[in-house]
Amino acid sequence: MSTVPAIELQNITKTFGSVVANKSVSLTVNRGEILSILGENGSGKTTLMNMISGIYFPDEGQIFIDGEEAVIASPKDAFDYKIGMIHQHFKLVDVFTATENIVLGLKEEGRYNLKAAQKKVQDICERYGFDVDPKKKIYTMSVSEKQTVEIVKVLYRGADILILDEPTAVLTPQETQKLFAVLRRMRDDGKAIIIITHKLHEVLSLSDKVAVLRKGEYVGTVNTAETNESELTEMMVGKKISLNIERSEPQNVTPRLEVHHIDCTNREGVLVLDDVSFTANAGEILGIAGIAGSGQRELLEAIAGLQKLDSGAVLYNNPQTGNMDNLCSKTPLQIRELGVRLSFVPEDRLGMGLVGNMDIIDNMMLRSYTKGKGMFLERKAPKDLAEHIIEDLEVVTPSATTPVRRLSGGNVQKVLVGREIAASPTVLMAAYPVRGLDINSSYTIYNLLNDQKERGVAVIFVGEDLDVLLELCDRILVIGSGRVTGVVDARTATKEEIGLLMTKTEGDAQHG
Amino acid sequence: MADVMTKKHTHEPAITIAKRDDLVWWKAWLIRLAAILIGFLLMGFVSMMLTKVSLGEVFSMMIRGAFGRLFEGGKATMLWKFLQETAILLCLTLAVTPAFKMKFWNCGAEGQALMGGLGAMICMLELDGVTPWLHTVLAVVLGIVFGAVWGLIPALFKAWYGTNETLFTLMMNYVATQLVAYYVLIASKGLTVIRPVETGALPVLGNQKFLLNILVVAVTMVVLYFYLKYSKQGYEIAVVGESQNTARYIGINVKKVIIRTMVISGAIAGLAGVLLVAGTDHSINTHTVGGLGFTAIMVSWLGLFNPYIMAAMSALVVFLNIGAAKVADTFFLNSSYADIVAGVVILFVVGCEFFIRYSVKFRHTKKEARS
Repeated sequence: MSTVPAIELQNITKTFGSVVANKSVSLTVNRGEILSILGENGSGKTTLMNMISGIYFPDEGQIFIDGEEAVIASPKDAFDYKIGMIHQHFKLVDVFTATENIVLGLKEEGRYNLKAAQKKVQDICERYGFDVDPKKKIYTMSVSEKQTVEIVKVLYRGADILILDEPTAVLTPQETQKLFAVLRRMRDDGKAIIIITHKLHEVLSLSDKVAVLRKGEYVGTVNTAETNESELTEMMVGKKISLNIERSEPQNVTPRLEVHHIDCTNREGVLVLDDVSFTANAGEILGIAGIAGSGQRELLEAIAGLQKLDSGAVLYNNPQTGNMDNLCSKTPLQIRELGVRLSFVPEDRLGMGLVGNMDIIDNMMLRSYTKGKGMFLERKAPKDLAEHIIEDLEVVTPSATTPVRRLSGGNVQKVLVGREIAASPTVLMAAYPVRGLDINSSYTIYNLLNDQKERGVAVIFVGEDLDVLLELCDRILVIGSGRVTGVVDARTATKEEIGLLMTKTEGDAQHG
Repeated sequence: MADVMTKKHTHEPAITIAKRDDLVWWKAWLIRLAAILIGFLLMGFVSMMLTKVSLGEVFSMMIRGAFGRLFEGGKATMLWKFLQETAILLCLTLAVTPAFKMKFWNCGAEGQALMGGLGAMICMLELDGVTPWLHTVLAVVLGIVFGAVWGLIPALFKAWYGTNETLFTLMMNYVATQLVAYYVLIASKGLTVIRPVETGALPVLGNQKFLLNILVVAVTMVVLYFYLKYSKQGYEIAVVGESQNTARYIGINVKKVIIRTMVISGAIAGLAGVLLVAGTDHSINTHTVGGLGFTAIMVSWLGLFNPYIMAAMSALVVFLNIGAAKVADTFFLNSSYADIVAGVVILFVVGCEFFIRYSVKFRHTKKEARS
């Protein structure tokens, strides 16, 4: 390949108000090379890529493409420089076919020729080994197929510098391997590829070079072959940390929550939970694994009283009274009145678990505002609780009266988890509690969950990172398309085994 | 290729706009104050061009228009009128605010107030043989109930069927207007005007016709401030407004909160109607509220949903309206003049919020400074 780098960044700086998102970042990517950009959330990876793809404009510094200085002021400029970005959230029209989406918005010479386009799409697919039907409509596609369409779309437009923003976040292990194979083939074809990720093992298995960012600053670039996981973590976090979750043996395991054959239909009339049964035990962490959108959300909401069930029962084994209470078709308020101490850390933290525009104290009050006599609010207890949580969980915030939306993702989550644990629950449900969190915060959360387990709480943990699920949980329930496809022992199961279970019923569900 | 590149340099954005979260409160208020001043200056210049008198003359005419000759030792009649109009506008503003905090866009304060007035009027005219104080109490209660019902109807539909409250409340205004027109027709036996009646009217305090109205609104303002800020129900309103999902998650009955809040909203609007009919006009027609119910929507926003700031904003808007009307009268300008004047000032007041929320930087100055 030529010695001139495909893309070179020199001292790129970008600030938002007083926040420095990128500070003097310099990078080079050659043709025929895969560069990983590694960094924790909020380290400025996406901002940097958005500057290359024309969404933001750098405050300082230059970008060189093939050795020439480039000014990329809009996504269209980026296209002209043959830069293509695949965003985390797909930008596709659901009712169009793959090909229609690919040619959408292109101003090609001559009349609109779908056949020719289809042919071209087919060629690209064959060349790199993509597996996608050009005539298939988007809404019938799986997440990984949609992602493929996005990649083909930028290739169709002639991109030879590709940027992928956390492409594996939504994929199963098998799909990830397939994607990596395709990326390697594109690299061998002479394309320059930049992939944003925070998963270390992916970095090591895929890329040629790794550039590390920490809090907006550029730490350095290393050759993947000459590095290892612990060195990269140190670069990312700035200090040595151990990446072990201490999993204790479950003590006094008794059934706490029994879910019997629940069915649930969502507003669109789709069956999202299909005959789901399982038991969550006190003193145990039950993991729930599955492809995003397989019914995890509905399952937890059904237990919390937020989702109406068509049939089935959710039985709660009350340790105080010894009764079995059926939580099915009760509202959250009625569940609490039964004396069920159920805590729930929902997936949508600022949209459900907390109110972004309210401060930490008012957010503490969400769980307790009805307490106390009279029509006025009691602010003393929530204030104490807020200060207690800020201190215990080391929440970084200017004060307890700062709106939570101004906190970083990790601190938002600490506030939410802290509040839910403060209610001394007997059942604790957490949906993707470490999504978007940096390594340190993630381990804080894991430790908190472990703590609760040791106190005899039945913990239900919905996760996406299979490595973490295998390390943290005692048992793992796998769901696929709203059905339970298996329960495995987390101490003996493998990632591949779970990956297979995750996709097991996809075919059946489509027919049924 | 090189050509293309040099051409592209012109694409470089000249202005960058970034969101900011961190502006200290006094700076925000300085920006707002500056905006009001600039607004007034610009308004003054527009007036100068139209009237060919000096800037000072325009302003003094406006002040005299709003406050009368109070500062020259005259009677305070104009000032009372100014306070009365401010109070009524504030009352309607207070009415829409709980709903707005819940993100329920109640555009029906006009109709709710009109219904409130109608309730009071019916009681004043149709009720016979009750002790005077009871008559007044009944008129007030019926008026408030009418207003509350007019707020309740769209709330029921919103809570159960998810209808669009903006359209619904707007349409309810027309229904209210027609009901009033109909009632005026029967009550006046075809004369189209109801002659003022004293039975059931609000008492006059200290020889000042408007004093009671003003006091009632002042009390309402304080009560609403505490209700929204310190009560459990006020907290529920805020949570429902911010996120219905969060509200459901913690077990708030969202339907109940929507309905309860709109009943309160309608009741306060109804109170404004009562003050206009039983406290001021002692009669009713379709223009009794005179569009203040719509102005209130704007004032509520201008007042950042804080009752005290809303009081100041009500005063500002009323001052502009009365003052401009005075200028228009003197120079035989048509009624659009008042709208233009108020529009210019309010444009600045609203527009300055942009500079409070975003910071604007000019790129070229920065680049030169660095190179």
